[in-house]
Formats: sequence, C-alpha cells, structure tokens
Amino acid sequence: MARNPGRRAGARGLTGAGPLTYAVLIVVAVLSLFPLYWTLVGASTSGSRIAQTPPPLLPGGSLWHNLDIAWNQVHMGEALLNSVVVAGCVTASTVLFATLAGFAFAKLPFRGRNALLSLVVATMTVPAQLSVIPLYQIMAELHWTDRLQSVILPNLVAAFGVFFMRQFLSEALPVELVEAARVDGASSLRILWSVVLPIARPGMAVLGMLVFVQSWNDFFWPLIALSQSNPTVQVALAGLGGGSYDSDQAVILTGSLLGTAPLLLVFALLGRHVVGGITAGAVKN
Amino acid sequence: MLDEAVPATPLGGPPPAPPPPRPWRTRLYRWDLKASPYLYVAPFFACFLAFGLFPLIYTGWVSLHSVDLQAPDQMQWRGFDNYTRLLHDDLFRNALRNTLTIGVLSTVPQLLMALGLAHLLNYRLRGRGFFRIAMLAPYATSIAAATLVFSLLFGRDYGMINWLLGQLGLSPVDWEGGTWSSQIALSVIVTWRWTGYNALIYLAAMQAVPHDLYEAAALDGANRWQQFRHVTVPSIRPTILFTVVVSSIGATQLFGEPLLFGGGATGHSGGSAHQYQTLGLYLYDQGWYAFHLGRAAAVAWTMLLILLAIGALNLALARFRRARNGS
Repeated sequence: MARNPGRRAGARGLTGAGPLTYAVLIVVAVLSLFPLYWTLVGASTSGSRIAQTPPPLLPGGSLWHNLDIAWNQVHMGEALLNSVVVAGCVTASTVLFATLAGFAFAKLPFRGRNALLSLVVATMTVPAQLSVIPLYQIMAELHWTDRLQSVILPNLVAAFGVFFMRQFLSEALPVELVEAARVDGASSLRILWSVVLPIARPGMAVLGMLVFVQSWNDFFWPLIALSQSNPTVQVALAGLGGGSYDSDQAVILTGSLLGTAPLLLVFALLGRHVVGGITAGAVKN
Repeated sequence: MLDEAVPATPLGGPPPAPPPPRPWRTRLYRWDLKASPYLYVAPFFACFLAFGLFPLIYTGWVSLHSVDLQAPDQMQWRGFDNYTRLLHDDLFRNALRNTLTIGVLSTVPQLLMALGLAHLLNYRLRGRGFFRIAMLAPYATSIAAATLVFSLLFGRDYGMINWLLGQLGLSPVDWEGGTWSSQIALSVIVTWRWTGYNALIYLAAMQAVPHDLYEAAALDGANRWQQFRHVTVPSIRPTILFTVVVSSIGATQLFGEPLLFGGGATGHSGGSAHQYQTLGLYLYDQGWYAFHLGRAAAVAWTMLLILLAIGALNLALARFRRARNGS
C-alpha cells in the first residue's frame, strides 16, 4: 500500500533521479503553474495592456482597481458567498452520510450488502447530464430555480463518497473494536459515536476536501439551475466569459483569480493530504 | 462477531419471536443490530433514488415526448420521433464526431503522459512534495477559470501562444476558428487540468508493486524500459483501466470547456461553424436555446448508450485478456 512506510519508496524510488528526470519534471511543473501565474499577471494589469505584444509577463499595479470592479460591478463577492454556502452544505452532508453508509458497507453484515455496494459503484459512472432535464422540471415546478437549494439538494450525498469511506474504514477500523463495544452492550449509535467517528476522522477530512473542490467547481447543473442574479462563482465566471458584462479581459482574469484563489490556498496548506486522499480513493479498485 | 449477533434468520424479514425470558433490552439490542445497517445506508439510497435513478429513467420517458422548456410540465407523446430526428440531424452527427475526436485527443496523450510522469515521480527525488502539488494545482482550478485563461492564451491576435509561435518564426494559428486547431486547443485545456491528477493515481499504484518483481526481472536481464513494460504496466493494469473508464466518461460529457472557449454569446453552438460543439453542448443547445427538452433528453440517453457501450467494450477487453492469459 502506498501508505506503508516500508514500501513507500517503491522499486524505482531506490534509484535516484538523473538530471534529465529533473529537467522534465521542472518543465511539467512550470507548464502546470504558468497559467495560474499568468492569471495573476493579467488580473494585475489593465485590459489594454493584455492586448499588446509582447504579452505581459510580470504583475502590474492594477490589481486593486480590477478587484474593485469585480467585487462591486460583477458581484463576485456575492458569488463567492453563494459558493461557500453551497460547497459547505454539500460537503458537510456528503461527509456525514458517506461515513454512515461507508461504515455499514465496511463493517456491518447485512443482507444485500454486496449487491447494494455494486450499485454504489455503478452509480459513480452516471454523468450529471442524464439527470438535468427531470431535475430542471422538478425545480421549475417548485419555483426553486435560481435558489441555492436547487444546487444543494441533488448533491447531498455522492456515491464516490460512500465508496471512499467504505475503503477507508475497511482498512482503518479493526473489526475487533466494534465487536468489543458490542460485547459491552453498546448500541449501534453509541459505537458509531465513540468508536467509528474518532477513527474515521482523517478519512472524513480528506473526503471533505475532495468534495469541497468538486462542489466548488461544479458547472453544468448550477449553470442551468441558477442565473446571473444569484450565481455561484462558476456561474458568474461563465457570465463574465460569455459577455454578460461589458468587462475587459483583466476583469475576466480577476474573476478567475478570485474563483480559484480559495482552493489554491487550501491546496497550498493541505496539499499533502489532498495528494494522499486522491490516491487512496483510486488505487484499491 | 458474537454468536448472538449472527442473524439466525434472514434479515429484513419479520423479527423472530424472542424466547419469553429475554428482557426488553435484549430485544431492543437485537433489533438495533439488524436495523442499524439499513438506517445508515438509507440517506444515501434515498438521495440516489430521488436525484439519481429517478431522473435517469425519467429522462428516457421525457425523450419520448415533445416538451417545451417554458412549459416543462406539459408533455406530448412523440414515440421515437426525437431519436429518428437525431439520426438525420447533421448537427447531432457533427457533435458526435467532435466528442469522439476531442475525446481521443484529450485522453490518449493525457494518460500516456501521466504514466510517464508517474514513472519519473517514482524515482528518489528532491522536492518531491513540490512537484506533486505543482502538478495537482490545475486540478484545483475550475473548468470555468481554466477555460477563460486558456482562451486568452490561445487568442488569435494577442494570445501568448501565437506570440511564442511568432518568436519561433511560425505563422499564427486561428485557434478558435479552425476545426482541428480549436479541438486541439480544447484538448490542451483538458489535458492541462487532468494529467497531474492521473499521474498521482498511477504513482500510488506503482508504489504498491512489490520490489521482488523488479529484482527478478533484473536478474533475467531486463533493462529499465523492459521492466517498465513487463513489470510496471501489467502490475498497475487495474488502475489504468480505472483511469481509462473515468476519462472516457469525462470526455463523453465534455461541456464547460467548449461552452466558454469562444468567449462570446455563441458558446452553446460550439463556434460559428459548430466546429467544436460536443454532445453535452448540443444537449444544452437543444434544451435551453431551442427550448426542446424532449430532444435534449434523447441526446442524454444517446450519451448513456455510448457510455454503456464503452463499459461493455472495457469489460470484453478485460475478459478477452484474462482468457488469453489463462490459456
């Protein structure tokens, strides 16, 4: 397993990397980071400066000016707040329900467990576009379009999360602990609270980050369900790019920067855990 | 498990009559034991039924009707008209073709590069953490933000990429206007966002390959490349299959990148000549610009059929490989 420190270096890791390896990796790292750096460059220059050759490569002095336009004219502040609310609700509920279901699938024997688990895995492959039309009909019927609940409710729990927590708890939670608590006469709820949750916490944290990123960046359904009068960040960005506002390119880039910066900040602080989480969820198939 | 905890009778059925001397606490305990797993999975399945399975099936039902976006509750039966119409629709065939070409252009190089990168990251490295996080940064960037930035980089007149081409003495490319150029540009955006993510998944799989396999291969005289081909790749094949499936699903529903790439109000048509209109975009165009929800639903179900075909193909390939290796 990747987490096993004994094997952590792996077979290849025993050989040191040569200069060519470093060269390739540095090129890839630069290519990965350059568009983000350039977003900052563009967001800090004036729109007319971007449309010049050679293109600007160093940050300019217009960042506050552009932020002011993005905040006050494009309402990126409201969009950010909406995104925090939506992604926060979706994350909290997904982590909670996924942990409950993941615990049941990992450690509790019950009838139909394997069949239901296969169903969970199959659900992960169904794309969002297959459900937007009925969802739109429902939300229109309820007069919920353009309200945040229309994008929160359908995402209260995701199959990916259930599968993730099941994988995590299968490994992390010794079945003896659950049995011992049972011998002591603890109820299921008590076991969940005092035995499962403390052990599940690292997995829940990683899942929370992954779900938050996913929800923050969700695009197709929010674009349909919400409008520019009450958008999430991604919907607001789509409006910026689609010409809903009479804005120059510097403001478009400032919006992109505002929409991306919170996640990049989280990544910079917790990057190692995110890396671990992504790999933990995928490898054990 | 305790003897007492093992269900003697099928779960879910009526609870067995407990022997009379048992106190109510024990009965409660046994009920708790049997019912709690179902309670724990219930929220997920309730949500799945309401927002996953029901809409999936109901989309199929809508696809047999004529439904106007402005009166989504009124449906008129049309049988398979929406589907036969699709078969004769040039724009649908165009979208299908574009989805396929962009899908191949964006997933094949991406996964091959991810495999190579994972191999490099698996060496003993200085700054390993930095490289991993740098490669994952595009994953944290949203489709909308990434596409807006790349649209400017790919700009015909002032874009940095054309400027670089000019520095190299090459003539500028109208990235958005051409068929191939626009599809390549879109594939670059997809590849940029996902290569690092897939590389990290491969890396984790590679680190789980037992060291003895490499030692045995080295004893047999296998060089680095042969070890990679005959030890690494076969060992991580399930992971490769997983990424192929996930990437194919992503490619089939490609939507945000082509919608925002043009940077204008015509995003839903996928360029002035529909040169990069994908199936996802065509669905959106039919439903939310032409107001035909029934036709959009038919597009959605066609996508489902394509995904099922991809799944069946993968399964058949895996089975074929197993059968061949077994014999």
